[in-house]
Amino acid sequence: MKDILQELEDRRASARLGGGQARIDGQHAKGKLTARERIDLLLDEGSFEEFDMFVAHRCTDFGMEASRPYGDGVVTGWGTVNGRMIYVFSQDFTVFGGSLSETHAAKICKIMDMAMQNGAPVIGINDSGGARIQEGVASLAGYADVFQRNIMASGVVPQISLIMGPCAGGAVYSPAMTDFIFMVRDTSYMFVTGPDVVKTVTNEVVTAEELGGAKTHTTKSSVADGAFEDDMEALMEVRRLIDFLPLSNREKPPVRPFFDTPDRIEPSLDTLIPANPNQPYDMRELILKIADESDFYELQQDFARNILTGFIRLEGSTVGVVANQPMVLAGCLDIDSSRKAARFVRFCDAFEIPILTLVDVPGFLPGTGQEYGGVIKHGAKLLFAYGEATVPKVTVITRKAYGGAYDVMASKHLRGDFNYAWPTAEIAVMGAKGAVEILYRSELGDPDKIAARTRDYENRFANPFVAAEKGFVDEVIQPRSTRKRVCRAFASLRGKKLTNPWKKHDNIPL
Amino acid sequence: MFEKILIANRGEIACRVIKTARKMGIKTVAIYSDADAHALHVQMADEAVHIGPAPANQSYIVIDKVMAAIRQTGAQAVHPGYGFLSENRKFAEALEAAGVAFIGPPATAIEAMGDKITSKKLAAEAGVSTVPGYMGEIADAEEAVKISREVGYPVMIKASAGGGGKGMRIAWNDTEAREGFESSKNEAASSFGDDRIFIEKFVTQPRHIEIQVLADQHGNTVYLHERECSIQRRNQKVIEEAPSPFLDADTRRAMGEQACALASAVGYTSAGTVEFIVDGDRNFYFLEMNTRLQVEHPVTELITGIDLVEQMIRVAAGEKLPFAQGDIALNGWAMESRLYAEDPYRNFLPSIGRLSRYRPPAEVATKTHAVRNDTGVYEGGEISMFYDPMIAKLCTWAPDRAQAIEEMRRALDAFEVEGIGHNLPFLAAVMDHPRFVAGAITTAFIAEEYPDGFSGVTPDAATLQRLAAAAGHMKMRKEARAAQISGAMANHRRRLENDYVVFLGRDTFPVRIDETETGTDVAFEGGETLAVQSDWTPGNPLFRGLVGGEEMIVKVDFIRGGARLRYRGADIKAVVRTPRQAALAALMPEKQPADTSKFLLCPMPGLVVRLDVAEGDEVQEGQPLAVVEAMKMENTLRAERRAVVKSINASPGASLRVDDVIMEFE
Repeated sequence: MKDILQELEDRRASARLGGGQARIDGQHAKGKLTARERIDLLLDEGSFEEFDMFVAHRCTDFGMEASRPYGDGVVTGWGTVNGRMIYVFSQDFTVFGGSLSETHAAKICKIMDMAMQNGAPVIGINDSGGARIQEGVASLAGYADVFQRNIMASGVVPQISLIMGPCAGGAVYSPAMTDFIFMVRDTSYMFVTGPDVVKTVTNEVVTAEELGGAKTHTTKSSVADGAFEDDMEALMEVRRLIDFLPLSNREKPPVRPFFDTPDRIEPSLDTLIPANPNQPYDMRELILKIADESDFYELQQDFARNILTGFIRLEGSTVGVVANQPMVLAGCLDIDSSRKAARFVRFCDAFEIPILTLVDVPGFLPGTGQEYGGVIKHGAKLLFAYGEATVPKVTVITRKAYGGAYDVMASKHLRGDFNYAWPTAEIAVMGAKGAVEILYRSELGDPDKIAARTRDYENRFANPFVAAEKGFVDEVIQPRSTRKRVCRAFASLRGKKLTNPWKKHDNIPL
Repeated sequence: MFEKILIANRGEIACRVIKTARKMGIKTVAIYSDADAHALHVQMADEAVHIGPAPANQSYIVIDKVMAAIRQTGAQAVHPGYGFLSENRKFAEALEAAGVAFIGPPATAIEAMGDKITSKKLAAEAGVSTVPGYMGEIADAEEAVKISREVGYPVMIKASAGGGGKGMRIAWNDTEAREGFESSKNEAASSFGDDRIFIEKFVTQPRHIEIQVLADQHGNTVYLHERECSIQRRNQKVIEEAPSPFLDADTRRAMGEQACALASAVGYTSAGTVEFIVDGDRNFYFLEMNTRLQVEHPVTELITGIDLVEQMIRVAAGEKLPFAQGDIALNGWAMESRLYAEDPYRNFLPSIGRLSRYRPPAEVATKTHAVRNDTGVYEGGEISMFYDPMIAKLCTWAPDRAQAIEEMRRALDAFEVEGIGHNLPFLAAVMDHPRFVAGAITTAFIAEEYPDGFSGVTPDAATLQRLAAAAGHMKMRKEARAAQISGAMANHRRRLENDYVVFLGRDTFPVRIDETETGTDVAFEGGETLAVQSDWTPGNPLFRGLVGGEEMIVKVDFIRGGARLRYRGADIKAVVRTPRQAALAALMPEKQPADTSKFLLCPMPGLVVRLDVAEGDEVQEGQPLAVVEAMKMENTLRAERRAVVKSINASPGASLRVDDVIMEFE
């Protein structure tokens, strides 16, 4: 009996060593942690339960039968983050470069199936050279099996991808279909075709970092939702994110004790809006002063910075925030900001996370770049997302809410539950100057008349009261009491029930 | 007594005057420029009159506009504060002509003391000690030596037309006087085309010590002891105290009596200050007289218990001083720190913007200690570019100097200012500086002790250990809360670890943290245990508590991966990890700070409105470089680091795309 127990321990030790100490050292030399070390950091200490430790590949081509290491390049299982269950897979670059084989894929599929069945998120840690070429189409089949599960799990359990090494070719499409992608600076990259192929086909010379590094994907492509300095920071921050998310679409978002007063008054918000309407201010300050303990988990921070998206807590429960940022492009909507916010709104709606929208939007960005790029359809994505969302929706208009952008930003007309406006709000088809130039074209030659007309227009429309008279704004509130009002609004919506008509699925303008 | 007074000033001093007027039952009128429409002094006053655009030369110092505000409101008297019109003879005369009382000295006294040469002459005539020297023509080196001997070595040999140290020599003996005279003369001739030379006493180890005087219209003049203002940065006072740690009773009396003699000689009334320079042997020499309320007057109020503004108002109303010289106390010790909107890490570059957070320490006044904060700003207010960058004067009082300094350290630790750059860390650093603590200061203190500017404080080992204990305590509190999240697997709640490694900058402290009835015990390797007691909860930006029995107030911000701790001028990142995390963290590569590009790129499509620098300029980190308008919004682009502008590729009016190069740095 003792020998058998020892045998198990020996086998386990062998499995834990993955591709061997030399390769582990190589991984460390690159500034990367191993698959198991990453799991250790992600989960509560000692909580990891492993599946399929002894799985090995079945390939016999190209001499593969000579090497059949335990685990086959991926570590899978479940554990807890602050006591809440999650499933995890972590690719092991020390074993065949983390390449994906039929059995490697089967291991991932197994925990994804369990995650969906048991209602817990899936965290995927990607560090793989790509398909196991020796296995040919079996490897491709493995990818597709994972893709299909990503698709089925979408909207059922949160899926988070960490890119902590290479992720190229078909491999990118699994993370692409998850809810959030995070990358590590300098050690991770993602692309469909690598620099060599790019050079052969298009003659473009580009490095892997330029083509698909963390900077590229967080600032240019928006493929990634965030980038971190190293593995340690990435894993710690993902733990923080998990604390905001429900485990599945069958559960409410988590609640935890909070040390802040719901009726905290912030007199400084009364002066947040500058006297000069063309002067920007930092919308982030408002978010931080509304949030419990000034804690804001921002997503896509470096992309489409004219809109802010992320999570806060109010009275201990998660709320998604979408806010125009006047500091960048005056906070206008454009292709990028519409796409960024639309995807975030749909995530929140899928997982019953209430949405707070802070509005200061002068309209859509004009120009050929926008029109040729299809701003009509991209802008419609945000409109669509807000309109279909059935979660509690609270909106605060701080300053401008002009034109179609007013409608889009979680207006009353899109089933907003509470639509508040600050006294500084201006809700109108457009700014006074533009409106007067259209309405009084014949008087354009007379600056005095135009000035008088502009003043009239401002007096009539540059305020929230016209909208309030019509009930489009439920209440005009003091900026200083925004946190209190918003907290109470969401508290009153905890029992909200709203369902859309049955359909197979909608047809959002993709 | 007056029923209504107007305060011809802004900011903290206007608020300060309003407070006393209100206490005396006098109504107040504020004046304000466009930039100050929402300022604190406007909110505090009973009435407020708008007097023009933001620049002071179009508002606060335009006599006609102030006079119009007086007429409009019917104010019977005007307090000018300091700066602006406070020492303007024409303003005092205009008030006199209008029959409005000036809460300050007579115009004649302002004029007499307003001129450096006249005031020095008057001072000498009144028997006030002035810097010995010879202003007449000096024929040759031998005469220079003779004069130098009369004045007494060391002497300063200076070109009459000189400036910036050119043509200036210090001589300690005859030989140096001879050589110094010749070389100064030559240098002066070639540099200024004027070879006239004068010789005066060179004051060694100079300290700036000033006497507060107060005089009524009935011939009574008293002095309210001294203030020491030696801690200066480029002639800008930073820290003041009363009394001076240097003066003895005899010197104090001598200086006080001379100051009163000068005030009497010029028919002075109201509050005034006679500034002296004092050398290492306690010889003191008259510098100048300030015919107004000084910025640093609170320290005098704290040690004498006399409200100077109240006395100024009473004197202006014709009342007699209610005390004689013998009644004036010198009780305890007071410190003042001037909080400037200047970033010490960026070479004290003025910083403007919105005060997103402004929480001064609580004001208290008891028999054992006092904290007073004179300010003109509030959270959510704007620090504008138009006025003085001083935003508050934080004062503390205690029975002795050491305790007053300790009170100041605590008050600075508790002072929260965010949104702009400010000198709080620098002030805290000075309060802990051994030379300052010993009182061994001169006007060269800052230049000598911080020759390369200020780059933060490195805490000593004991302080680091206490910070580590505080960081460990906060980590436990945060983790304990995190473990209480809903949705945990029943009966699988996360068990909190007790062993941690605290990383503070480059130092590491392995610790064991245990919950106790009153807080936590943080046990360090090597056996020492620090008990931490605090009511700190996650999200509180201020940790207050007892660490190893000693009070500690630490500013804490949770940033990615850890916490930023600010304490006593130090600013460090603290990361608390489990031993397993610590072991893995050791494998992480140390990343070099990203290569900040040598270009200023346009961050958004827009129009160049303005360029704030020219080719060849040296720019500091954070300095505005250009303004780009996009979507009708003006966005200021700032330097990311210190650099020299090599070339400018865009001009005002140019329309730029994203990432177009605006300028290149060397």
